[in-house]
Amino acid sequence: MTIKAPRLGIDGDALLKDALRELELPTRRLFLKRSLSLGGLSLLTGCTIVDEDSAEQALMRVSRLNDKVQGWLFDPRHLAPTYSADMITRPFPFNAYYGENQIRDVDGDSFRLEVTGMVADRHAWALAELRALPQAEQITRHICVEGWSAIGRWGGVPFATFLTHIGADTSARYVGFKCADDYYTSIDMPTALHAQTLLALDYDGEPLPPRYGYPIKLRMPTKLGYKNPKHIQAIFITNTYPGGYWEDQGYNWFGGS
Amino acid sequence: MTEDATPIHPRWLRVTHWINALAVVLLVMSGWRIYNASPFFDFRIPREVTLGGWLGGALLWHFAAMWLLVVNGVVYLSCNVMSGRLWRKFLPLSPRAIVTDLLGALRGQLSHADARHYNAVQRAAYLFVMLDAVLLVVSGLVLWKSVQLPVLRELLGGYESARRVHFIAMAAMVAFAAVHLTMVALVPRTLVTMIRDA
Repeated sequence: MTIKAPRLGIDGDALLKDALRELELPTRRLFLKRSLSLGGLSLLTGCTIVDEDSAEQALMRVSRLNDKVQGWLFDPRHLAPTYSADMITRPFPFNAYYGENQIRDVDGDSFRLEVTGMVADRHAWALAELRALPQAEQITRHICVEGWSAIGRWGGVPFATFLTHIGADTSARYVGFKCADDYYTSIDMPTALHAQTLLALDYDGEPLPPRYGYPIKLRMPTKLGYKNPKHIQAIFITNTYPGGYWEDQGYNWFGGS
Repeated sequence: MTEDATPIHPRWLRVTHWINALAVVLLVMSGWRIYNASPFFDFRIPREVTLGGWLGGALLWHFAAMWLLVVNGVVYLSCNVMSGRLWRKFLPLSPRAIVTDLLGALRGQLSHADARHYNAVQRAAYLFVMLDAVLLVVSGLVLWKSVQLPVLRELLGGYESARRVHFIAMAAMVAFAAVHLTMVALVPRTLVTMIRDA
């Protein structure tokens, strides 16, 4: 009994988590239902009864194909355009899957960045240690999946430098991120090693304010906004597809330029 | 086989026409939903005519249908060029001829006796919509791959400018479709010739 109880507990937790996710995201199951109920489209395609799950699966398969095509198109030598300081968008917009009243407060003094997976050195990093690494700065355009864009100024550790310091296996396929605001996402290794991919600690010359992801944000001018996680707590290197908060709901995983 | 025994539109043209029509409908309707996520003009597209339900769904449709448009477009243009049809049907074309035929059409004096022959307004309209489709693909590529395609991006004036170009090119495509469908309604026989060996 003492052995069984915790096993049941784990299964129950996983089940509950899945159920809650489905409840939180009613739009996910509805998006095709809505689209297929359109009279015009049904007339054109000549079919009114389409298996919604198979349609959704087909669209997701094309999205996975698009991931491959984009990985193939990605030339790490191409740099995103940079801008002068007077072109910075002020105020830079806040954006998250929650409202501004739910921005997380992270205690910087006790903060440790966890590093796991295919790395040589798994020690957790204090902010001061990250500050001691070589720093870089960029003024680049943040492009949101919604279409809008804004120019901002970020400073921090080039992510390739950080990956070298932790002895990351750069032949691995994915870098995953877990965040203090329960956000999670993952990126491809070539983008992780891109010259403009920055483990950002600063925004506009000051430590990242909570609204922009204190204490750490991954800044990639080659990726859409939802691929740029804020409040990063843990980084892991893996060959197992980690998905992401929005990606699991249908946003394209590669999500970049 | 004599010229008259052959169908007015070759089979490849009819097939690519309808695949293109489907791709355009899917792309325009899902594109409207994507536009609604962050409109840059003072209006939104009514939800009822958009596709995808939410932004993520619309993006899935858009980035699937784009393959349909591009692959089908390449097949269409290749067949058109290789068969020589592009030059035979759409050229010569002069501004004077367009004006003459347009005035004739407005007076109801333009003949439709020979469906094999495109008048100057048709030639101009079909060539325009071909170029517009190319502009839609190019501006779409810039929005999708702005870092990887620096030359095209700068040609269109940067990312934000490319959004407007993409939208305006869409509006031109929709305007073409509106006129096109009106003309088909006025001369229903043209619909039949686009479907079967007529």
